[in-house]
Order: sequence, then structure tokens, then C-alpha cells
Amino acid sequence: MFAFVLRRLAVAIPTLLLLIVFSFTLMHLAPGGPFTGERALPPQVLANLEARYGLNDPLWLQIWNYLVGIVVHFDFGPSFVYPDRTVNQLIAAGFPVTLTYGALSFAAAVIFGVSLGVVAAIRHNSWTDYLAVGVSIGAQVLPNFVMAPLLVLVFTLWYGLLPGGGWSFNDPSFWIMPVIALATSYMASIARITRSSMLEVLGSNHIRTARAKGMPERRVILRHALKPAMLPVISYLGPVFVSMITGSVVIDIYFSTGGIGKAFVDSALNRDYAVMMGVTILVGALTILFNLLVDVLYAWIDPKIRY
Amino acid sequence: MALLELRDLSVRFQTNDAEVLAVNDVNLTVEAGQTLGIVGESGSGKSQLSFAIMGLLARNGRASGSVMFDGQEILNAPPKVLNRIRAEQIAMIFQDPMTSLNPYMRVADQMAEVLVLHKGLSKRDAVAEAVRMLDAVRIPDAKGRIRLYPHEFSGGMRQRVMIAMALLCRPRLLIADEPTTALDVTVQAQIMQLLSDLQRDIGMAMMLITHDLGVVAGSCERVAVMYGGRIRETGPVGPIFAEPTLPYTQGLLDAIPRVDQDDEELRAIPGQPPNMSRPPSGCAFQPRCPYRRDICARIDPPLEGFAPGRARACHAPVAEVLARLTQAAPNPGQPAAHPDEFPPQPIPRGAVAGAGAAGTPSTTEGQ
Repeated sequence: MFAFVLRRLAVAIPTLLLLIVFSFTLMHLAPGGPFTGERALPPQVLANLEARYGLNDPLWLQIWNYLVGIVVHFDFGPSFVYPDRTVNQLIAAGFPVTLTYGALSFAAAVIFGVSLGVVAAIRHNSWTDYLAVGVSIGAQVLPNFVMAPLLVLVFTLWYGLLPGGGWSFNDPSFWIMPVIALATSYMASIARITRSSMLEVLGSNHIRTARAKGMPERRVILRHALKPAMLPVISYLGPVFVSMITGSVVIDIYFSTGGIGKAFVDSALNRDYAVMMGVTILVGALTILFNLLVDVLYAWIDPKIRY
Repeated sequence: MALLELRDLSVRFQTNDAEVLAVNDVNLTVEAGQTLGIVGESGSGKSQLSFAIMGLLARNGRASGSVMFDGQEILNAPPKVLNRIRAEQIAMIFQDPMTSLNPYMRVADQMAEVLVLHKGLSKRDAVAEAVRMLDAVRIPDAKGRIRLYPHEFSGGMRQRVMIAMALLCRPRLLIADEPTTALDVTVQAQIMQLLSDLQRDIGMAMMLITHDLGVVAGSCERVAVMYGGRIRETGPVGPIFAEPTLPYTQGLLDAIPRVDQDDEELRAIPGQPPNMSRPPSGCAFQPRCPYRRDICARIDPPLEGFAPGRARACHAPVAEVLARLTQAAPNPGQPAAHPDEFPPQPIPRGAVAGAGAAGTPSTTEGQ
């Protein structure tokens, strides 16, 4: 197991390297650049700027310099658009915000989604089941860009209970709506996967054995059924967790949370090469890490899986 | 008082198209310490019968009638009552040891939880007791192996684990649902020998559900033959095997290949077991029966006693069925009364290698 983790981490390095080279190349292949605007800059100014940021070097040299900067100084370069800020600073400012509301949303989605799915499976074909399925379908058709304005309408404009936007690490009332808006549709998916997987497990022979052993149904579910039922849920959760903690542009825009979700989209629109690359690498590294975590969890749950 | 007494036990399944009557008015008793064999083809309702007793029917199944265990009604009893009986009084082992153990738990944990739950033992004592039980079912190096997961055992070893787990609380009745079907023939004999040894040691009764007549002959005192959800013949094993008075039982016995007879073909009962969502009218066996008469398609014969301890459900007179038995060897060329419906299709031996799983009593009793 330990060797497996080491091997996977070793593979992660070339994977990230490929990711960097590909995104860097694609980014530069696209026409235009960070300094093309509606008002063309004087050629001399443009040339000076490009020299300042190394944009007139050959592409391979730019990639090389970029990689050296990361590996040697852990420096993801200066922002092309905000000259006084580095990518490290931008991510350091935005990532804690997305990490906070993303992790909270993830926890909420998992806790409510799994409970809803388990209850629906246990009470299969009863009104509880239909209600749970109804709720999760309802939640599924309410994506965050619908949920966000609805929440603002109800909780801010009608009842004035919660701030309609902004962010504070000290005041959880700023967190509530982003978390609900982000978590809802994920919760619905988790509930549906949990329900169908739980139904399958509950029909399996070893559950019948557990019941024949005279175990209370509650114990049968918690001790014998939950673990195998979680396998498909876990493989869904790995990538979901990454996309949740790396933020959502919708949440950042509606609630002005200042997370990196918006920073990423802005950087793409502004052709802010360094910020784009920085966020891409962050998401890539987290994806690799959490896929590894999913594999480790799988082996922990299912003794037949050995790496 | 009988240990287990079934009265008019019926099991119905609600499916999307129809209601299926899987078990139909079954009356049976099992005396303490006795072994009752329940024989029948796949789909005859014998497994559902056992699930109904244990309250383990699938969600769409409904049982009616009465199941008295030691004078207590347990059919459709509340979970609290059932959970005091399951494993403690009535234990069950299942057909498929590959999937009936929890693949995600160590054998130690699966076995220990039974004793922790029912006997209030500490985890430590429960594991120690489980090791003793694994020794009793002759699993070598039980102390070490109990730490393994089920997939690290072979099929026969897994069934031994199942048996050990079922017997942890020393139940008074063991329901064994095709305990050897999924195992290869040499292992079958070992498992049956083990079961009868343990039965003697613990002094428990056993309900052995099987389609394997060899197994029944080797280990049961009484046998009940099921067909189409009903018991159609019951009696002591010896007389039933010597003089089968039910055409279906006769067909089953005929189907056992014999080494001492010099014929090339296996004799199968022609036709298929009934589809219980659309059962045939009258007697369920009537479409396949060589003794069929007009009344058979109209009236399902009741189970009636005809000799001490024996009962059968058939319109054909006992004498007529027995008369055929006295013929030198049943002629495989004319097994059915309706050759146009079921043209005789001799099955070459090679095509059904392994069909001899219903080994003769002598092979299963070996060891």
C-alpha cells in the first residue's frame, strides 16, 4: 500500500509536467495576448512590456523559465494584469475563501446526500422513498445559478436575514448562502447514487446472512451495508471535492465572495497567463491528490483490492 | 410437541405482472433432533419456504399461515421477537458460500458479532469461541485464518465458515438451504459428513433443503417432496426411495444415473418445471406426468395419508404407480404419456458431464 502511494506520487510529477506544458502551449497558441486591448498600445510600449514579461522569448524557453521559477522558488510569476500582485498572492487571497465555503458545501452535500439516499433505500417504494427521490430531483434541477439568486431573493431581499454578498472569515452568516447554493445539486447526485447503490447492497446475499444472524436492521445497515454501498459514492466524491474547493465562478459572482473561481475566469478573459497557469496547476494537483485518496479509500473498504 | 410446525404456510410474491404463489399451503413438522429433507427442482418453492420461516422473504413477498417454533408463533413476528430466535434458536446456512459471507469484513468480526449480540460475550471471548468453532468444522490453522477475509478461503472452506458461524449459538434447528450445491462433489461429501457429525454433537434438528436425492438418502430421516410450491409426498426416507408412489418422485429417482445399469442415456423428466406466475390447471405436475388422467387437469389432488407416516398428492392409484416400478428397467423410449408434446430426447452422457451431482447415497455417505 505504502509502495502504491509512493508510486502514484511519482507518476504525479510527470503528469503535472505534461499538464503545464499542454496548457502553456494552448494558452499561447490562442490569438491575442494579455496586452491586446481595444486601444492598441504604441509598438514600443508593447515591445517593452513583452520583454519585461519574457513574452518574446521562444515558447520552449518561456516554459522552461516558468518551470524553473516554480521548482526553484515556488514562484508562479507576476500577474500580467495586476502589476503589483503575484500569482502566489492572488491564490493566497482567494483560495482560503473557496476552500472554506467549498469544504463546508462538500460536508453538507455528503451528510445530507448520503442520509437521504440511505433512508430512501431502506424505505424503498414507500412515501419516504418517493419524498426523498422527489427532493433530490428537485435539488438536481436547481443548479447553483438558479439557487443563488433565489436564496438572495428570499433571505436577503424578503426577510433580510442574511447578507446578500461579500465575505468574512469571522461571520458565518456570510457563508450560509454560498454553501447552500453550491451544495444543493451535488447533494442530489450523492443521494441518488447512494440510494441505488444501497438498494443493490441490501438485496445481496451477505445482507440476508446478516439478517439471519438476528441482527437488528439498524445494525445490518450501519455495519454490513453502508461500507460497500459507499464505494460508488466515493469514486464520485473525489473529483467533486476538488471542483467544490477550487470554487465556483457562479458563487463568486453572485455572492462577491472573492474566491479563486472568479479569479480563474477573469484571468482567462484577460489573458492573464500566469494566473491561468497558477489556478490550472492548483486544480490539477488537487485532482491527482484526491484521485489517489479515492483509490486508498477503496482499498481500505474492499479487502479484495490490493495494489 | 414438535419443534417446528408449519400450518398452511403460503408465500406470495407481488410482481409487476402477476401475483406468484411460490409456496402453497404447506404443512410440515420437524421433531427435535430429527432431520427433514425437502426435495424439489429449482423454483419448486423450497428456498422461499425456508426464508418465510426465518422472516427473510424479499420485500415483495408475503407469508400467511402459521409457523410454530417450540410452541411460539414466529410467522410475521415483530423483528424483536425474530431476532431473539434467529441464530440463537434457528440458524441458517445458504446455498452460495461465495456471496453469503460479508466480503468486506474479516471472518473474525463476522463470527464474533453473533456471540457479542446474542450471548453478550466480550469481543475477545467471542473471537476465542469462534476459533473453537472453526476448529470444530475442521478448518486447519483456525487461529490464524480467522483474521482473513472470506475471499481468501476456497468454496468448501467458506461453507465451513458459514456452518461454524451458524452453529455458534448452538441452535436447536438448522435450516440448510442447498448447502452443497455450489461445491464440487468431493467437497459435498465432506460437508454433509461434517453437518451430520455436528448435528449429533449439538443435538439439533435439521431441515435440509436440496435437489440432491443422494444427499437426502444419506442424511435424512424423513423427506418431503415439493413441486410447484406444494408438498406432494412425505414419508420416511427408506420407503420413499424404495417405493416411490408419486410419479414425480419416481421421475426424480429414475433420473439418477447408475453405474450398475448398462444404458447410455440419462433419463430426465420431460418438460419444464411450472412457471408459478401461470401455473397449470389442476395438478402442477400433470403436463409432465406419465400417469396423467382426465381429472388431473381439473382438480389438484390433496395430500392424503395412505400408509403409516406416508402421504401423497396424486390421482393415480398407488398400485398403478408401484406397478411400473416392478418392470425390469423403465424404458427411456417412452417416458411421457404424450410423446407429441415432449418427443423423447436422449441426452448423451458427455453433454451433461457433472449432472451426476445427485450422487448415489453410497458416494455421499463415504468418508
